[in-house]
Amino acid sequence: MKILIVDDFSTMRRIIKNLLRDLGFNNTEEADDGQTALPMLKKNNYDFLVTDWNMPGMTGIDLLKAVRADPEINTLPVLMVTAEQKKEQIVEAAQAGVNGYIVKPFTATTLKEKLDKIFERINGGG
Amino acid sequence: MQDETPQNVLETARAYVQALEQNEQETAEEKLSELASLQESKLFNELGKLTREFHDALNSFRHDERFAELAEDEIPDAKQRLHYVIERTDDAAHRTLNAVEQAIPLCISLKDKSDHLHKTWLKFTNRELTPKEFRTLSKELDTFLESAVSETSNLKGSMDEVLMAQDFQDITGQIIRRVIQLVEELEGGLVNLVKLGGGIVGGRKKKTDEDKKGELAGPVIPGMEDSNIVATQDDVDDLLSSLGF
Repeated sequence: MKILIVDDFSTMRRIIKNLLRDLGFNNTEEADDGQTALPMLKKNNYDFLVTDWNMPGMTGIDLLKAVRADPEINTLPVLMVTAEQKKEQIVEAAQAGVNGYIVKPFTATTLKEKLDKIFERINGGG
Repeated sequence: MQDETPQNVLETARAYVQALEQNEQETAEEKLSELASLQESKLFNELGKLTREFHDALNSFRHDERFAELAEDEIPDAKQRLHYVIERTDDAAHRTLNAVEQAIPLCISLKDKSDHLHKTWLKFTNRELTPKEFRTLSKELDTFLESAVSETSNLKGSMDEVLMAQDFQDITGQIIRRVIQLVEELEGGLVNLVKLGGGIVGGRKKKTDEDKKGELAGPVIPGMEDSNIVATQDDVDDLLSSLGF
């Protein structure tokens, strides 16, 4: 399971990376915004994407839309981890095809729950 | 020129209407231009008053050293302070994470070794060990106790580092408080300026929802939430499940 973590703050990337490692996901890579992430996603065959929303360059929501619009990678599961918690934004992410939405600050338990739920759905074919 | 009292205006207007009714073209034109000049004098008076107010305000801004200080020194200074807050918090988070990344393997190794020794020790107490196995256990115990001392002291070092890395809060808290004071002072000055300009520009246009579209709300600051914001992860989950997630 190869996971790409996208956040403009390196501290947040490290926290997510450490939490994922605790959950048994050792193969993670990082990018600091959507613009850097998108070519990596197209090239490197990731199984999962964790992204922030508010980033300079290309935001997480634009990254999500770009992923869904690309037939090569449009089935990639995407988990949004963000401090954006306006209702319209959550609805927008849902409509753009996000698989999970976590608001910061979050706990290790929340991350595990959302990942489990996403994988359950994928493996259940739903 | 007549004074611009309401009575004067009314009288002139009546005279104008009367002249029109009686088809006295010349008188009507005269009254109309009288009316116009009454209005003009009012406009000029208002303009004069506003110009004077602006002149005074601009002078007071020019002479107010505090404003010069704010614009020239304190705002660039505040930007620098805020950048420093980012640096300090970034640094503290990395220091903490480094310490945790050092500590976790130590914990795992201590746990694994203790686990192994405990199992062998139970065998020993059940008299299941051969003398040769006992000698190995004894040697392992010796090595373990020796490494435990250095490993736990390393662990303690990591914990101390985590503890000390939290000192950023004090410093950043103080810096942010000072920037808030500066913003408050600026706000006071701007409010006065807006009040002054209000007579001409007709006050501030409130941001419409359309204007706000595309702006990111960012992290929720306690006490600044609005009804459009979901407060917790549970609320996010509720909203998503209402959308069929």
